[in-house]
Amino acid sequence: MKAVPFEYARPATLAEACELLAAHGPEAKLIAGGQSLVPMMAMRLARPAWLIDISRLAELQCIAAPAGAPADQDGQFAVGAGVRQCVMERDPLARASLPLMARALRWVGQVQTRNRGTIGGSIVHGDVSAEIALVACVLDAMLELRDSLGVSEIPAREFFLAPMITSIAPEQCLTEIRFPVWRNLGGNALRGCAFDEVSVRHGDFALVSACAQVMLDADGRCLRAEIGIGGAAPVPLALPELGAQLVGARLDAQAISAAADAAVDLIDPEGDLHASADYRRQLARVLVGRVLRAAKEDAMSKAGVAAA
Amino acid sequence: MSEKLYPVSIEVNGERHEAQVTARLTLVDFLRDMLRLTGTHAGCEHGICGACSVLLDGEPVRSCLMYAVQTDGRSLTTIEGLAQPDGTPGALQDAFCETHATQCGYCTPGMIIAAHALLETNPAPGEQEIREAIGGNLCRCTGYQQIVDAIKLAAAKRAGSSM
Repeated sequence: MKAVPFEYARPATLAEACELLAAHGPEAKLIAGGQSLVPMMAMRLARPAWLIDISRLAELQCIAAPAGAPADQDGQFAVGAGVRQCVMERDPLARASLPLMARALRWVGQVQTRNRGTIGGSIVHGDVSAEIALVACVLDAMLELRDSLGVSEIPAREFFLAPMITSIAPEQCLTEIRFPVWRNLGGNALRGCAFDEVSVRHGDFALVSACAQVMLDADGRCLRAEIGIGGAAPVPLALPELGAQLVGARLDAQAISAAADAAVDLIDPEGDLHASADYRRQLARVLVGRVLRAAKEDAMSKAGVAAA
Repeated sequence: MSEKLYPVSIEVNGERHEAQVTARLTLVDFLRDMLRLTGTHAGCEHGICGACSVLLDGEPVRSCLMYAVQTDGRSLTTIEGLAQPDGTPGALQDAFCETHATQCGYCTPGMIIAAHALLETNPAPGEQEIREAIGGNLCRCTGYQQIVDAIKLAAAKRAGSSM
């Protein structure tokens, strides 16, 4: 369990990190928290000749909502790729703006790994059951990538290609994740969200995960919904068409059950030694039902608070 | 050709250490093999078992998932650093003895590091919070109950002694 020999660099700026990536190309790997990369190197599944440490770059540590989005547009919450999971977990502004991420982070690894692991690191690792990647897809986040030539953007929903394979180029660094913050659709609209998963043991990779964010009007009618499933497709899967079908409906038992059935038709899980494909389908059905119920209850509980 | 060495300066348990390390030397191997601080245990060496937990600037991390070179300029506390100044066991270590929270002892340093970090931020944790805090530490002997009891006992003793 020892990595092969490699050389180490700790650039002082992002520009310098990009220059190093351009110079070494596929021979180099960026390391931030290292909570996925170091085990892969220990098992020699990854054998970079160069490790470029970006964990101390202040440029990757922003965590803030830019002020002043117009009322008819979604706001935006930008998170630097190097922000540690534990920092985002505790940040009051992030919790208020992105409650779905706050709920998801509780499922990510363990205290010790969240103290090192970063938001961006989890995304570029590309695990199909990664909670942070699923939230980025479900909320339709935008990813900012940088290389020595400039900056580009790609939606999270297009970033993941296959298990552990993303569209990032070897010379690129993920620098920022911009999460939409839903605008308020009417005076009494209530936002609710939920994240749930089944794993062998808390903190292990999820066999299947699901999350949902909904906005309901005062009568409990759905104004907007996003649903996603992890671990049941080659990539973390947002299901915008399923969310769109719920708009205008009351999220009663019948509507939720129909949505859970429909979700299963949209996934194509593979079986492995941890869970068969059929079991994953069953988990997806159950979990989509659970997160929709919980998201609705979360939204309605805020009505109680507002009324009181 | 010999591997390239990198100079590091790392504070461990209040003492600064200057060393030359290869890039691939993990933090746990640095502590055990170079500093001879063998209280930190190397278990799975790929981030699953938690036996190698140490405090990095006060926060619990897995020392098998870091390279020593990454901790240059930073401050670490290992299980040895949790003993009292005269070398006798600290309050948490005593509590682990008292409730029989150790059997083979392999997980114990990691458990105590995790528990220490918990009590520093949450002096009166509930059972669920305790179980969450040691959720990243595997014990194959005790069934965890005595470990939870030990942490409760230490929390109660700390609360008592500060009154």
